[in-house]
Amino acid sequence: MTVILGQLFTGVSIGAVLLLIALGLALTFGQMNVINMAHGEFIMAGAYTTYVLQQTITDAGVSLLVAIPIAFAVAGAMGVLLEWALIRRLYTRPLDTLLVTWGVSLMLQQLARDIFGAPNVQTKAPDILTESTSLGGDVSIANSRLFILGLVVLAVVALTAALKLTPLGRRIRAVVQNRDLAAVSGIPTGSVDRLTFFIGSGLAGVAGVALTLLGPIGPTMGTNIIIDAFLVVVVGGIGQLKGSVIVAFTLGMLQAMVEYLTTLSVAKVIVFVAIVAFLQWRPQGLFTLRTRSLA
Amino acid sequence: MKALTEMNPRLRAWLGFGLGALVLFAAAPALLSDFRLSLLAKYLCFAIVAVGIGLAWGRGGLLTLGQGVFFGLGGYAMAMHLKLADAGPGNMPDFMELYGQLDELPAWWAPFANPAFALAATVLLPMLVAFGLGTLVFRRRVRGAYFAILSQALAAAMVILLIGQQGTTGGTNGLTDIDGFFGYDLDDPVNQRMVYFIIAAVLLGLLALTRQLMRSRYGELLVAVRDSEERVRFLGYNPANVKLVAYVVAAGMAGLAGALFVPAVGIISPALIGIVPSIEFVIGVAVGGRAALLGPVLGAVAVAWAKTALSERFPGTWTYLQGAMFVLVVAFLPGGLASLWGMVRRRRETPPAPAPVTGDQALIKEVAV
Repeated sequence: MTVILGQLFTGVSIGAVLLLIALGLALTFGQMNVINMAHGEFIMAGAYTTYVLQQTITDAGVSLLVAIPIAFAVAGAMGVLLEWALIRRLYTRPLDTLLVTWGVSLMLQQLARDIFGAPNVQTKAPDILTESTSLGGDVSIANSRLFILGLVVLAVVALTAALKLTPLGRRIRAVVQNRDLAAVSGIPTGSVDRLTFFIGSGLAGVAGVALTLLGPIGPTMGTNIIIDAFLVVVVGGIGQLKGSVIVAFTLGMLQAMVEYLTTLSVAKVIVFVAIVAFLQWRPQGLFTLRTRSLA
Repeated sequence: MKALTEMNPRLRAWLGFGLGALVLFAAAPALLSDFRLSLLAKYLCFAIVAVGIGLAWGRGGLLTLGQGVFFGLGGYAMAMHLKLADAGPGNMPDFMELYGQLDELPAWWAPFANPAFALAATVLLPMLVAFGLGTLVFRRRVRGAYFAILSQALAAAMVILLIGQQGTTGGTNGLTDIDGFFGYDLDDPVNQRMVYFIIAAVLLGLLALTRQLMRSRYGELLVAVRDSEERVRFLGYNPANVKLVAYVVAAGMAGLAGALFVPAVGIISPALIGIVPSIEFVIGVAVGGRAALLGPVLGAVAVAWAKTALSERFPGTWTYLQGAMFVLVVAFLPGGLASLWGMVRRRRETPPAPAPVTGDQALIKEVAV
């Protein structure tokens, strides 16, 4: 029983990290249909922001909290720059966007290597986050994982509220559902796109801050995690956040369970097969926006 | 020059084919040192992959970011056979002895001792995997970016699997120290030269095959599916099957390329087939011109050559350059360098002749997911 409970928490915490990374993608890929391969490098930018801040603010707790808004702004600004310079010219060619942003991500990785050096760097976590909380019996969970879980919940709630309640959110949803109709209704679709991209990229920065608690910071840290995050959005279905939320935690659990029964490498393959099988049942993902366009 | 463009296409093809054969079989071996020639052999392997990507992506609109998987399947199948042949009958390959986790050869290794099985597997295994994934994915109309991401995830999963199963796959190191090639010693420059000739011949053969495929009714259908899948469906065709053929053929080519890569370079490892090499296959195709026949070949060779020339001395600069190449070519010259040729020609002719609808023009209007 404790083993199952333990794996359950592992699954939840894998899912939380996955969701935090996928949340930004749910906006840029899910809402705007832009495949931004440089998203992983925005995560890296957020992580390095934390590292740089810790050089000036020595108190680990304070620098971590300060890093969250600053990383959001840094990554968001990079996202806006990318959108303005390249992506807006490519809205009709999504596959080419993928390749172009891959090129950008290569350059950003090299830039990080030139600035911070090729070896990984490490930040110091505040003491409270290095401890574990006991959940009764033998089961305990690392505080850093709890912190990330809290951060994810906060981010999802804030993002949902922003999309559902604010005028900006209303505009974003309008553009997603029918770009032309939104445009003729007087919504400046171009600046709405840019703002959406700012928020989505900013969330990548926040994810980067969270990842500093789990491992080292390196130039290529974004490359591998990004694919799992893309899969979350693909399986969750574009256009809605709840699909990504459900899928992130389900995949996290599946990964943890299969990994426990077999090995990490086999688990990856089984999860991939499960995803392809799932797409047989729902090729458009778990939730889809109903539209009149040809599917 | 004008005479060249107005020539009978069949004659032009034969001329081009002859010229290619002359360069590959006469000029290159005469002019290049053994070392350079073996590098060229490696680049030509990438070019074979590129021909397949040109068919699937340029003509079919299937952006496959996981060709490394098929390259790797072919490469590992070949390397497994060569390792077993090196070890001799009844013995285990050296690395298995080294790790010492196994008492006997794993059952799935055993058939690769048979050369006919191994050779068939280098092509059929990738085609089978592509058929399986392609059937599932295309039939359910998962397409565009979704397909690209899935193909990339396949590459990621494959690499993790290979590294995880170190005892039977060699892990991160891959399969190395391959000395023999069906009884020939690969350290001998003469035999290296022979491997080069085999690779060049395979490349030329596949180019001829691809040209026929592109000019056939199937080729027209493939372009039609790329440009407007729904219309093709309404005409009564099943676009899933059309795409599946292109994907499976491309996978077979990548497998063959991987199989030839092993004797040419002497190693196959996860680092050669993962996400990054898979996407590097694509950049060569994009630079050369994805929808052209020769564009992918020349692009792949040029990019691989530039990588060798630059990355050793200026690794940082090369990464920037590679990134910039992706951005500039794909964003601003989607037809690749092959389309420059057409642009120059069109500018020179006044008034412009009504150009036939080629892939290059249709590419600009590539339709979303």
